[in-house]
This record gives sequence, structure tokens and C-alpha cells, in this order.
Amino acid sequence: MDLKTPVLELIRKASSDLPPDVEQSLKLAQAGEEKNTPAWNVFSTILENVQMARKQSTPICQDTGSLVFYIDYPEGGLEREYKKAVSAAVVEATNLQYLRPNAVDPVTAKNSGNNLGVNAPYFHFNQWDKKDIRIRLMLKGGGSENVSTQYKLPHSSLGAGRDLIGVRKLVIDAVRNAQGLGCAPGVIGVGIGGTRDISYTLAKEQLFRKIGQRSESGELAQLEIKLYEDLNKLGIGPMGFGGKTTALEVFIGSQHRHPATFYVSISYMCWAFRRKTLHIINGEVSYDD
Amino acid sequence: MIKLKTPISEEEIRKLRVGDTVLLSGTVVTARDQAHKLMIEEKPDFVRDDLRESVIYHCGPVVRKDDKGEWHFVSAGPTTSAREEPYQAEVIKEYQVRGVIGKGGMGARTAEGLKNYGAVYFHAVGGAGTLIANAVKKVKTVYKLDEFGTPEAFWVIQVEDFPLVVTMDAHGGSLHKEIMEKSSKIADELIHQI
Ligand code: SF4
Repeated sequence: MDLKTPVLELIRKASSDLPPDVEQSLKLAQAGEEKNTPAWNVFSTILENVQMARKQSTPICQDTGSLVFYIDYPEGGLEREYKKAVSAAVVEATNLQYLRPNAVDPVTAKNSGNNLGVNAPYFHFNQWDKKDIRIRLMLKGGGSENVSTQYKLPHSSLGAGRDLIGVRKLVIDAVRNAQGLGCAPGVIGVGIGGTRDISYTLAKEQLFRKIGQRSESGELAQLEIKLYEDLNKLGIGPMGFGGKTTALEVFIGSQHRHPATFYVSISYMCWAFRRKTLHIINGEVSYDD
Repeated sequence: MIKLKTPISEEEIRKLRVGDTVLLSGTVVTARDQAHKLMIEEKPDFVRDDLRESVIYHCGPVVRKDDKGEWHFVSAGPTTSAREEPYQAEVIKEYQVRGVIGKGGMGARTAEGLKNYGAVYFHAVGGAGTLIANAVKKVKTVYKLDEFGTPEAFWVIQVEDFPLVVTMDAHGGSLHKEIMEKSSKIADELIHQI
């Protein structure tokens, strides 16, 4: 079947149509701010922008990010075929201005102009038992990626040990250091454990969750709630202008670690939390947030 | 809400204070890393008239060319300003710029420059790409497009009611510094308590 057309639509939606759960949480955040303060005004601008982008099919933010595709496919599917179709859709989406050319060769400093390059887009493949295809897309902005960070426990200057209390301290420190730079209010993905690279990956994967979707682990769900409260006490506010909302949500995941290591990674997602999912079930195409 | 229109006099700019909300109209020139580097290393004259008493915008837009060959801004929010810190103060001086628009604020050197030469730092809403593009009424001209590419070129644009907040003023005030200090204290307390 033709995969390019539905993927092009997936990209258009991701870039221009903010998920309703995110929009709702931005509205709630505004209701918590005092009227006509800079923080309140930021939310007005953000919400108006979100509606305009949806109506005009134009990018919510001009930084359409790095493209991260997670593809689940059935037995008999060919990764190279998916890659080919998705890449073709990416090139066309760039031509249609759904995406800004964002793939730069670090050696030659040349922008490829079409968003294709080595590990651009980034693909993660998973063959599953179902007969369906699921393609999840995240647009990860550069500004928010720049404030993402990794720690290892124990951390002596923060007095953080190798436990969940230690993790809590690190996340507070990371968000304090980020200030408004990742286009606060942010959604904070946290990955605990694993090697350095997989720790970052786990943190980013948390960002496929919807606002309000708690971790299945009771301890982590507890920590998510506590951290959400902690972070919103910092007073950084939207854009770092000061205010009551610094984080929209905290998602935490964990995985086994080597006895000698204890990495904690923080993937900061800006308020322009762009993710969409494409399902192909019995040849029927549908979209989800 | 304060309405400002370019050209902006030094007197007008010195009246602004941290926390002021501004709607800016008039001429704005986009400039990012390569443009700033060029303005310092070669001090070109082609942007001089557009920049005098006007405003620089740290932005790499998404643009569209219509059938008649005219350019339009499609999405155009601010980019991180800190990257221009090594150049900004000197550019303000050299080109008599009255304001810089970006996100995230800038450092001590720029703060000094704002004070000495009479300029302010305006913060735009990061991520508000479509809304800001709608405030761009016209693309007047573009410089260095072929050489620098779309995001890095000098786009000279006409804006109307571009919503901004003054976060660094011409008197040494900085909202960024203030919030950094306050939030850091709270963070330290929290980290200690738990
Ligand atoms: S951090 Fe996000 S909202 Fe801000 S400029 Fe980058 S992509 Fe846009």
C-alpha cells in the first residue's frame, strides 16, 4: 500500500496541530496565573498561535525540530521499505513548508536542505505480533534539546544519593538550570538507569505519553506527582518570565542498570509538545495524538 | 501595553523598563549567527540603513515564495539569543540598533551595551511561530540568501503589532537575572529539604 501519503499527513498534523491534551493543560496553566501579567499574556499568545497554526496548516513553531520516528510493524514488513516511504514524505513535507530544513552535516556545516541525512530522520523499528502498522512521530526542538541533560548518581554537590530521592534532587536542578530557555513551561521526560545512551533514549520515549498518563509503577507515579509540585514552586514561569507554571507534566521511566552505574537523563520538551501517531489497521488509516 | 514604531529614538527606548509589554511596528531585520559574525568581521554597509534606529530579530524563519516571486513568512518565532552574546554589544554600537528581539535573554556584555548605547532586549514568545509570522506584513528585501541559506539570511521585514516583553532594559535591569536568582534559591532550599 501507499505509505508516503499517510506519513505526509502525519507530519503535517504533527507540525501544525498541537495535541488536545497539551492544549488543555496550557489552558489550565493560564487559569492559574494572574490576569494580565507577562506570564498570563504568554499563554494568550501561545493559545492563539496554536489555533492559528491548526487553521492555516502552518508550523506551530518555526523550529520543526529533529524528526524522531518510532515504527512498529508486522511480520513480513521490510524496514527499508518503511524508511524509503517515510523519507520521501519528509522531503515533500519540507517542500510544502510543514518542516524547516534542519539537517546539518557537522563536518561540512552544510544543511542538506530536505531534512535527510545520517540518522536524520531518526528511526526506531520494532517488529510486533500484531498485523497493524503504528508510526509514532515526535518533533524535538533544538532549544529544548539543548537544555536536556544527564547526571550520574551519587552527586555530591547536590547531596543526591543512589535512590529516588536522589533522582528528585537532580530533576529539580536540571529544571532550575534550564530556566526559560527550553521554551517553558516544559514537559519533563526522565530516564533512570541503563547505559548513557539508552538512558537518554528512555527519557525521550516517555514523551510519547499523554498529559496525565501516570507511570504504571506506583513508586514512579508518586515521584512524578511530587516532582510536578516541586518544579512548579520554582517560579520560573512561561518563557522564564516568572509565574506559577514551570512544568506542564513529569514522566519518568526506569530500566535496569549496571551495578557500577546510575545514570539519570532528563529530556526537556518545550510547550510546543508535538507528537502524533499513525495507525494502519486492515488497510484503514487513522491518526491519534 | 506600549505601542512602538521604528525608527525609535534613544529617548523613547530609555523610557522602557523590565516587564513592559510592547507592540512593535515598523522595520525589523532578522540576523542569526552567520549574520552577526559578518557584521563584526566585515561591517558591511548594505544593512546600515535598515538597522539604524531599528530592531534586530534573532530568528530563522520558515518562508514561502509565491508565484509572483514574492517572499512570505510562514512561521517565525525567536531563536536562542545567547549564541550572539560575543557579537551583540558591538553590533548595537556599530549599527545604532535600538533593540534586539530573541528568547532566553543575554549576558553581561550585552547588558552593558544596552546601557551604553541606548537599546533594550525584547523577549518574544518562543514557539509562537505562526502568530508572529502573521504579524509580518511584508518582506521588504533579503540579503545573503544564497550564501547563508534561509534561516541565516538577513530578512528585512515590516511588522505590525509584534507582541514583546522588555526583559533587559537600558538601565541595567534584567528579568532573567532576577528570576535566575530567585528560582535558584528556591531550588537550593527544596534540594536541601528532601
Ligand atoms: S524550544 Fe520548542 S517551542 Fe521553543 S523554539 Fe525550540 S522548538 Fe520552538
